[in-house]
Amino acid sequence: MDLVAQQFINALSLGGIYALLALGLAIVFSVMGMVNWAHGEIMTLSGYAMWMVTSQLHAPIVVTFLVAVGTGLVAALAMERIAFRPVRGSSQVTMMFTSFALSITLQVIFQDLISPRPRGVQLPAALSQVIPVFGLRIGIIQVTAFILVLLSLGLLTLFLRRTTIGISMRAASEDFVVARLMGIRADAVIAVAFAISGILAGVAGFLWVAQHGSVQPTTGLTPVIKAFIAAVFGGFGSLPGAVLGGFVLGFIEIMLQAWLPQAALPYTDALSVGIVILILLWRPNGLLGTVTDRA
Amino acid sequence: MPLLSVEHLDVTYGAIRAVRDVSLSVEPGEIVAILGANGAGKSSTLNAIMGLAPKTGGRVVFDGDEVQGLGPERIVRRGMTLTPEGRRIFPKLTVEENLTLGAIPLRDRSHAAGLRAGMFERFPILRQRRAQAAGTLSGGEQQQLAIARSLMCEPRLLMLDEPSLGLAPRFVDLIFDLLVALRGDGVTILLVEQNVDRTLSIGDRGYVLASGELRLSGSADDLRRSTGVERAYLGIGAD
Repeated sequence: MDLVAQQFINALSLGGIYALLALGLAIVFSVMGMVNWAHGEIMTLSGYAMWMVTSQLHAPIVVTFLVAVGTGLVAALAMERIAFRPVRGSSQVTMMFTSFALSITLQVIFQDLISPRPRGVQLPAALSQVIPVFGLRIGIIQVTAFILVLLSLGLLTLFLRRTTIGISMRAASEDFVVARLMGIRADAVIAVAFAISGILAGVAGFLWVAQHGSVQPTTGLTPVIKAFIAAVFGGFGSLPGAVLGGFVLGFIEIMLQAWLPQAALPYTDALSVGIVILILLWRPNGLLGTVTDRA
Repeated sequence: MPLLSVEHLDVTYGAIRAVRDVSLSVEPGEIVAILGANGAGKSSTLNAIMGLAPKTGGRVVFDGDEVQGLGPERIVRRGMTLTPEGRRIFPKLTVEENLTLGAIPLRDRSHAAGLRAGMFERFPILRQRRAQAAGTLSGGEQQQLAIARSLMCEPRLLMLDEPSLGLAPRFVDLIFDLLVALRGDGVTILLVEQNVDRTLSIGDRGYVLASGELRLSGSADDLRRSTGVERAYLGIGAD
């Protein structure tokens, strides 16, 4: 029972990170029709920013968090302005290759200018402690992760429902042409979509790097692939679907890691993706999928 | 001075010329109709005026200023808007959210709430459905929402593309009565419609397009008496 509860918390924490990343991919896709494969490098950049402020300035944890989020925001906006605006409206293939190219370019820059090897990020020891709750031993970082994920999702929901720009973004994801007819500026909607995806990637990057204790050029690679799987799994184009897909994928992975026999552990990813494929065979549009005409 | 004047408009999609050398004008306070068969270039003309379709030649002048090269988000701020064909309301947004978006082009959005209250007065069904997803409304209700959404930016020129298409007869009556009432309120209207008789009975003037070209124009009364309208629909061309 004890173990189940602890694995449950771990799954919420990992799934939450996937959910934040998948949501970022889905928001950009919903207004631009592009999957941003360089999304993971936003995470990596946030990680390097954490490394710099912790190793050079010994910044307190709250400052480190804000720097990670701020870096994600700026990085995403810069990507949109420099790399993606010139190819806006091009074919899906052009946009996909642009984002692949950006992703690989950034990874090479990290290797050459920083180091191909991991850089340690020292966070306060308190974060890695466990606290007893109702007889369970709960990791502080896992609980923090879950709280931050819930907070991000809540704030994003409020933003999308209550503000005019948020409502505009939902409108633009339904019918971009008519959204422009309403006077909604295409540049503004797309920039805000990237800003949100950058903030979410910054939060995800903070949690990921805090849990792994280091950052390296390929830090963002695996999580963004997982996030893409989660978004497809949840139903691409659906924001609640991306969140659900992220959490379900996190649960599948943690459960496999917990209960697979030792010899089968190297196959965790293959098995979890296999389960996703099986579910997609049953629901080809994803868990909450509605068919999008962009897809 | 006309409120809208279109001079020698060409619209080309790739190799297809949808509109060729079309000129028309709309005076303040008029209801002007664009008539013609399917594929005559009516929608392309409205879309090009609004910046939604590529203008490959000619000029569009609204209220004395050329709107050449502007996107729809800029043109709508000049004071004209389009209720597009097929209504194109945002189905997952609520009725109220759809209306809120309509007010975005306003310079001063502080009276948007008052405008919305006015729309609920004019379209009582929208008040009843205000918190519902717009996609759950019936066709006639969606058309009312689409027009109300267009009116939220207080346009001086309202263009409508096939507002009565596919609606039940009582909604068709409602839409045509509404257009007359709007003209009474000082809104100028440029209308594309399949329902020729109803349109000419409320309209002041009309233009008839066939195969992307202007075939006939005149007062609504003259067009009703002319055989040219029917000939244009049959693709024979006017003489």
